[in-house]
Amino acid sequence: MLVEYFTIGIFIAIAIAFACFAVLASHFLGQRKPSAIKQAPYECGMTTVGSSFRRVPIKYYIIAMLFLIFDIEVVFLYPWAVVFKEYRVFAFVSMAVFLGILILAYIYIWKKGALEWE
Amino acid sequence: MQVLYLLIEMIVKCVVVFACLMICVAYLTWLERKVLGHIQIRYGPNRCGPYGLLQPFSDAIKAFFKEDLIPGRADKPVFVLAPMISIISAISLFAVIPFGNQFTIPGTDWVVKLRIADVDIGLLYVFALASIGEFGIILGGWASGNKYGLTGSLRAAAQMISYEVALGLSILGIIILSQTLRLTEIVHQQAGGFWNWNVWYQPMAFILYLICGLAEINRTPFDMPEAESELACGFNIEYSSMKFALFFMAEYAHMVTMGALAVTLFWGGWQPPFPFLSFIPGVVWFSAKLFVFLFFFIWQRGTFPRLRYDQIMKFGWKVMVPLALANLLITGLVVSLKG
Repeated sequence: MLVEYFTIGIFIAIAIAFACFAVLASHFLGQRKPSAIKQAPYECGMTTVGSSFRRVPIKYYIIAMLFLIFDIEVVFLYPWAVVFKEYRVFAFVSMAVFLGILILAYIYIWKKGALEWE
Repeated sequence: MQVLYLLIEMIVKCVVVFACLMICVAYLTWLERKVLGHIQIRYGPNRCGPYGLLQPFSDAIKAFFKEDLIPGRADKPVFVLAPMISIISAISLFAVIPFGNQFTIPGTDWVVKLRIADVDIGLLYVFALASIGEFGIILGGWASGNKYGLTGSLRAAAQMISYEVALGLSILGIIILSQTLRLTEIVHQQAGGFWNWNVWYQPMAFILYLICGLAEINRTPFDMPEAESELACGFNIEYSSMKFALFFMAEYAHMVTMGALAVTLFWGGWQPPFPFLSFIPGVVWFSAKLFVFLFFFIWQRGTFPRLRYDQIMKFGWKVMVPLALANLLITGLVVSLKG
């Protein structure tokens, strides 16, 4: 079993080597004549106004929180799904309770308007 | 001696798969431009070599020799690291995909299994690495010090995590049916003809997987993060030279893996559609099925307009997640009652 992970290691090492090679090669091969204009942020020819790091709409933050809740749910469901056929009805009922609570939360989120984008 | 042979086999396998994946990615860019060209009634690339077949190499040489620009406002270490994270995770994803059964080297009794690694957490590995790949896009847009880039990466982040939930939920039905996360095992269970493929047992999951897969790899109609017409390229706006090419290649490598995973989970992997066709090697079947999915991804881009951002998010949370949950509950109910 450990051999398999070792092979994955070799493959990832090749990927890392390739990424480093590509970045370094273009660093050395390409010509470099930096200038102030060239290094300014590209905003379709307009001069940049203010900082590039604007304030972020709260929507993205809410989505990130919702993602955390639901993704943890998915992670819990994986081991459950693997052993599902061994426990059958027991597995289904116990997970239905778990999912039911989450679906309640989901309905609450929906009614509260957290999924709206206007 | 045995250990040495094993080591040689592992290294040869890794190098060959890496090379094949890279060639596949290179020609996928060619195929996409060619197919899109013909969909829009033009020729597509046709200058470099016959039918433009040398175009990918010409593009690669160009990317290497272009000026490697780092914008003045950029966060330099993160700016350089972001495309590398993207490509490393996109390539590494392929490590657990079984692309063939096994063959014996003629003249010896050495059996070569046609997969890089056969781990019992195959599916978890895929999802973990796909999530790491998202960091590349998010960090790349943020580190550019550009408003368009930042907007693009924010959208990418929100869209990818939203659809990741539905993607994770959609394939749970497959896991319930096959009782394992090991991809080779899932393929073995689908042996014996196309009527045994998971797509017939989980049609809803298949459709959900395809839609979420498109959203995960930021392809049309979900290519919000790089909406050309409003964000001028989105998260990779400040990238040039090989760093841009790395993002580009990561997208295509991710596309190949998404297709390969769809083949493995739903279309029986390397198994032939009819038992009497099993004299054709599994790799051929795998490649043929993979090609169907890749063509489908390109076809989407030629056919569908881009959705509006609020539509994408609403669709993800209000349609995909409930459908995936319903699919899971129904599968669970049927399996627990019927067995």
